Amino acid sequence: MATLTGSLRRRRHRRVAASPLPVAPTASEQVAPVDIAPNDPLLAYLQSAHGPVDLETLDLDSSALSELRAVGVKLSVPLISQGELIGVLNVGPRRSEQDYSIDDRRLLDSLATQAAPALRVGQLVRQQEAEARTRQRFEQELEVARLIQKNFLPHDLPQLEGWDVAAYYQPAREVGGDFYDVIPLPGGHVGFVIGDVTDKGVPAALVMAATRSVLRAFAQQSAAPGTVLERVNEHLHPDMPEKMFVTCFYGVLDPRSGVLRFANAGHDVPYLKTAGGCVELRARGMPLGLMPGMAYEEKEVVFEAGDSLLLHSDGIVEAHDPARQMFGFETLKAAVARHPGGTEAIARVLADVRQHTGPDAEQEDDITMVTVQRWPDGPGRERIVLDLDVESREGNERGVAAQVAAEVSGLGLSEARLDRLRTAVAEATMNAMEHGNSYRADLPVRVQVSVGPEQVRVRISDHGQPGPEPVEQPDLEAKLAGLQRPRGWGLFLIKAMVDDLEETTSDGRHTVQLTMRRGEQ
Amino acid sequence: MTTGTPTTVRQRDGVAVIDVRGDVDSRAEEALDAAWNEALAGRPSAVALNFSDTGYINSTGIALVVGILAAARAQRLPVRAFGLSPHYLEIFEITRLADFLTISADEDTAIDDPGNTTGREHR
Repeated sequence: MATLTGSLRRRRHRRVAASPLPVAPTASEQVAPVDIAPNDPLLAYLQSAHGPVDLETLDLDSSALSELRAVGVKLSVPLISQGELIGVLNVGPRRSEQDYSIDDRRLLDSLATQAAPALRVGQLVRQQEAEARTRQRFEQELEVARLIQKNFLPHDLPQLEGWDVAAYYQPAREVGGDFYDVIPLPGGHVGFVIGDVTDKGVPAALVMAATRSVLRAFAQQSAAPGTVLERVNEHLHPDMPEKMFVTCFYGVLDPRSGVLRFANAGHDVPYLKTAGGCVELRARGMPLGLMPGMAYEEKEVVFEAGDSLLLHSDGIVEAHDPARQMFGFETLKAAVARHPGGTEAIARVLADVRQHTGPDAEQEDDITMVTVQRWPDGPGRERIVLDLDVESREGNERGVAAQVAAEVSGLGLSEARLDRLRTAVAEATMNAMEHGNSYRADLPVRVQVSVGPEQVRVRISDHGQPGPEPVEQPDLEAKLAGLQRPRGWGLFLIKAMVDDLEETTSDGRHTVQLTMRRGEQ
Repeated sequence: MTTGTPTTVRQRDGVAVIDVRGDVDSRAEEALDAAWNEALAGRPSAVALNFSDTGYINSTGIALVVGILAAARAQRLPVRAFGLSPHYLEIFEITRLADFLTISADEDTAIDDPGNTTGREHR
């Protein structure tokens, strides 16, 4: 605790005879603050003292007492607020060289009594300011970590003929070290990476960025995933901070043959959904950066039509329910086996995790998923041709409708049916922005267009829930008679414009799927 | 109207023609209301809505047309429409607007001979 110094002056020279005006202390009359250790007995004495304490007559084995005496302090007046000693008012000798009188002591005691609450308020304000600065610094560091991660994750996923590739990344509030990457390689091959750096925040983000860059560079030099991980490990190990390492799965896909060669540096085992069930893609290898000279086992698997791979991070299997039970590998494996593959798998797994944790649970760790699916044979095959997030702002539905129409023109929809789709997309997007997202700028509407051999599908998702009441069927005569409101045509129009309309709700998102069959007039 | 081109009202042979320009959506409400009031001020025998320069009509725009029809019904005033694209003609039929106003192929027909049209006369 620092003592107050404003009233403590070391007498260095005699003042000139009685001045009618108060004289401010000069710099030479100030003394340095005296620190009193928390365990110094003087503090306990002052805490229980009533009024000013005469230091000259005080008998205590206290280093602070000696120090105060040495700088000329005569009286210490405890400043007590709500029973707590919050400061000490130290005063030197009187300028008159006389002892402090009883009146002087009463005056000092009264001053201390009035000053203590004000001082306490000042201390609390300073404390809150310091805490606010700490919080701000923490938030800034989190933001830096988020920025690093965001900049080192792929902005676009490659369009592979015959394949669907999708990714999902949702950082926890305290950003972890998850990352994924999709790397174009020589010969039309594609590298798929998912990894996790131990630790969180900026350190994890920096190691993630370094790992990603090194892996990208070595991936271009060798088609063998095990060799790539070996080289990455050798490169990272010397500079890896203590107690940090990186788990990482790396696979190289030949999209023409469907062959995936892979190696794994201690990352959670990916799952391949096949017609015969869910297969674990296991390969031995130590995490990156732990020790030099590591070898990484290489394995190979062939994707058949419809097979779907899920790469995932531990934020999924380690998500806890309210009873602290983890979601677990077996649950995830069963979910992969049960759910459709590809993009749909991501939404379904997220819904399962949310159901496990409860809807209001805070996400504990980063959640990352990458799906790679070979198109199924037959009419069910679809590929995504447009996937965009649209700000919920009035009028944006026009642009969405135009984009969708441009994307699917030339796919066998007549002009009239294209007009119908345009109107349906505009109406569904407007509903999503207005009713689902309440025109909140931070809640975008997701629009995804997929094309199959026989149909075009447009999925429009918002953050709302379907209304509890069935939508009133618009009746024009009732509207003209004032029995229904003039509005309420949106869903009616959408249904009338498309061949099929389906509504689903999953993981807090409401999705309207519009289907138009190709080739019909 | 998102195009910024104002909706205007003109009189032709006792019929008030409202030239609806631009998009017919929520932002068109004020302009359509003003046009309707201006049309009524001329004490017309009918009102014709000209959609020749209309690019986009959404469900809110349909609701605005419903509002005009309801107001016309209260005034016992026939409403006609022309200049609709095939797509919006289809929407007027699906919503049954076509049952409550007379839809003509062009302005001359809408003014001169509204009975000989693709739609049905206002009732």
